[in-house]
Amino acid sequence: MPATYEPIATTTLGSAQSSVSFTSISGSYTDLVLVQTFPNSQTTGPYTSIQFNSDTGSNYSWTFLTGYTNAESNRTSNASYIRMGVSSYLANAICITNIMNYSNTTTYKTVVGRNNFGAPSGSMQETQAQVGLWRSTSAITSITISRVLSSTDFVSGSTFTLYGIKAA
Amino acid sequence: MSPLLQTFANGSALGYRSLSAAAAGDYESIATATGNGSAWEITFSSIPSTYTHLQIRCIANASNTNTAMNMRINGDTGSNYTRHRLIGNGSTASAAGSTSLTQIPALGNAGLPTTNSTYGVFVWDILDYTNTNKYKTVRYLSGQDSNGSGGVDFGSGLWLNTNAITSITLKSNDSGGVYNTASHFALYGIKSA
Repeated sequence: MPATYEPIATTTLGSAQSSVSFTSISGSYTDLVLVQTFPNSQTTGPYTSIQFNSDTGSNYSWTFLTGYTNAESNRTSNASYIRMGVSSYLANAICITNIMNYSNTTTYKTVVGRNNFGAPSGSMQETQAQVGLWRSTSAITSITISRVLSSTDFVSGSTFTLYGIKAA
Repeated sequence: MSPLLQTFANGSALGYRSLSAAAAGDYESIATATGNGSAWEITFSSIPSTYTHLQIRCIANASNTNTAMNMRINGDTGSNYTRHRLIGNGSTASAAGSTSLTQIPALGNAGLPTTNSTYGVFVWDILDYTNTNKYKTVRYLSGQDSNGSGGVDFGSGLWLNTNAITSITLKSNDSGGVYNTASHFALYGIKSA
């Protein structure tokens, strides 16, 4: 019998890359968990983002709760992706995103997660809670993680792991 | 071994699964429940003590506005809960603490969505739930985004009781806030070595 919480796929970059995709995601889980990590060598510039099922339309939105030297909250609507984090300082960042009930075809898909940015410069370190929305009732079968708002790629050593969680 | 039942407030069982059928591993699915459009609370009862921690992962949508998702433990309706939280509404971040609560509310800032398609999402962690030497601490990460409204609520709660947790109820604020049919609740157990 398969485990309840199991890894589906992992990609570790061996060279700089602008995006990573997980495709043909099975519908046999209840939730997905996406974990992104970035090494200290990740240069400043890119933000990391996700899109579902190759949808590049303005069907995404998100809300942040962020703490750095101050606390703040902000929101973006009608975006073409869900951006993970307010910070473009991805060095040592960890982004853990729960993609809830991803395969049901009744609801829009909501994600909730935590992002932690451990940039060597203290003023650039951040911790965040985030919720995001994809306004589609389609089952999620693929996830594309891309750098946005910069031409600087994700560096070698960046990892992207997708887990599946099954319910009874 | 007794099956673990999950029931709505109206007493209807939505299904059960014997523990012998649970997947092997350190993180096990114990039970699930779904909204039925008429009940405003769900209860996971007869929770076995064979795990170290519990986690509840759920999406929920309610029939009226401004309802939180509230956790009650072992049916305790007394003022025996506290809650501290960090919240963001898309423009302002704030923190708050409350004591002498009758339940632990989450996402009360934004409220559960009421539209058919948009849902609030929750990950609840219930730590050391069988330890009878301590009060029980839970933490949650919750949010809902409705493309221009919504919020994030990141908090922790305390149940001032040393009893082992054997049942957990997740309820809206009142009977007007029934969970719509796509609402889904899943209880997991986490084992230690």
